[in-house]
Amino acid sequence: MDLQDILTPAGLTLALATINTLVLLVAGTPVAWWLARSGSRWRDAVGALVAMPLVLPPTVLGFYLLIALGPHGPGGWIAGLWGGRTLTFSFAGLVIGSFFYSLPFMVQPLRNGFAGIGREPLEAAASLGASPWQRFWRVALPLARPGYITGAVMTFAHTIGEFGVVLMIGGNIPGQTKVIAVALFDHVERLEWAQAHVIALGMVVFAFVVIAVTLRVARRVDVPLP
Amino acid sequence: MTLALGTLGVRAETVHVAVAANFAVVVEELAPLFTAATGHEVTYSFGATGQLYTQALQGAPYEVLLAADDERPSRAVADGIGIEGSIFTYAVGALALYSASLDPSDGAAVLAGGGFDTLAIADPATAPYGRAAIETLTALGLLDAVTPKVVTGQSITQTLQFVETGNAELGFVALSQVLGKEGVWLVPEALYQPIRQDAVLLVNGKDKPAAAAFMSFLRSAEAVQVIEAAGYTVP
Repeated sequence: MDLQDILTPAGLTLALATINTLVLLVAGTPVAWWLARSGSRWRDAVGALVAMPLVLPPTVLGFYLLIALGPHGPGGWIAGLWGGRTLTFSFAGLVIGSFFYSLPFMVQPLRNGFAGIGREPLEAAASLGASPWQRFWRVALPLARPGYITGAVMTFAHTIGEFGVVLMIGGNIPGQTKVIAVALFDHVERLEWAQAHVIALGMVVFAFVVIAVTLRVARRVDVPLP
Repeated sequence: MTLALGTLGVRAETVHVAVAANFAVVVEELAPLFTAATGHEVTYSFGATGQLYTQALQGAPYEVLLAADDERPSRAVADGIGIEGSIFTYAVGALALYSASLDPSDGAAVLAGGGFDTLAIADPATAPYGRAAIETLTALGLLDAVTPKVVTGQSITQTLQFVETGNAELGFVALSQVLGKEGVWLVPEALYQPIRQDAVLLVNGKDKPAAAAFMSFLRSAEAVQVIEAAGYTVP
């Protein structure tokens, strides 16, 4: 058994999950903040839009991404900025796909975190002369910490397990788009049970550890469980 | 209907056939002809030959396997899921290089020129047309040069879809998939091992009239005509 067959996809998957989590921490914050605090009549519509990947099969997202990231879609235009043709079959494409696929896993916990703060702490800070930025950084962010922890862990874990979207837009390139779940799928298709067992068991252990750690941290910092 | 079946002397049954992805369009066309000729119905499951084989080995309810190679059907017999003596070649496939944006009429030169970013092939480990693509690149001495540009479809149909959506500029597909289209280079037969596509009766289909009927219908003049019209040769 070639260990590289397992380590390369594993490393790639960890990189994808890390980048996706960081991107969503930043991008998810304003969306979650707005959803938690806005009185806009569009709030439910935007909330539903963000939550849709929970319900839609990955093939729907994969299909739209295949078109949108392709040479005739916006992705092709973006790729053209550095002389490329398409964002499919690339790590960047997977980051974009993962962003949409994992969006609710970040936004939902953050939204709950911000909503849980209530109005009082922020109003008190305002009455003490804190600027909106100070109120956000010094009051809201620390109080929403449980939401951030849950959001980051769920997003990271969810991206590790990503399969359907990647299968449709990845093109199965070792070191670039062949993530661990796709590598497992390939081994199963090829009747390479030994490699399949190693990856599958590894992912089972990983999932157990992630959930156990989340539960433990949740109890410590009093997070509403996902 | 009851009357018609009564005169044929058979009870209508449904045969479940696992079909290599390259042959999907052909069997869809054969389905109504099969029903008209025999009174039986047929349902299909499509995938790369290797995928279907793995599923069959794990107990999928397929009664007949139409593989895209001649290796898996013999292996099916050796592994105890295929019926000995039932194997025959139902079609010999041809490999084509296809592009929706470039002109591949001199395919070897296009491949050697390297004026493209992505070349799609089917997974050579599970799809015989992918294996034939690798053989072709090797025969042309281009495998190493082209490998960084290769993207892999799970089956020959996903490979075609990569090219049709423009995400890959070039792709090695089955001739049958792109028959009558622009931008097709028929790969010379000398460059790859012939793609002999064999059918095998699986143990699930043993003693099932519908499965037996499908196996013999596939060899009928009517079916052969459809298969040849779709870009295959029948030995």
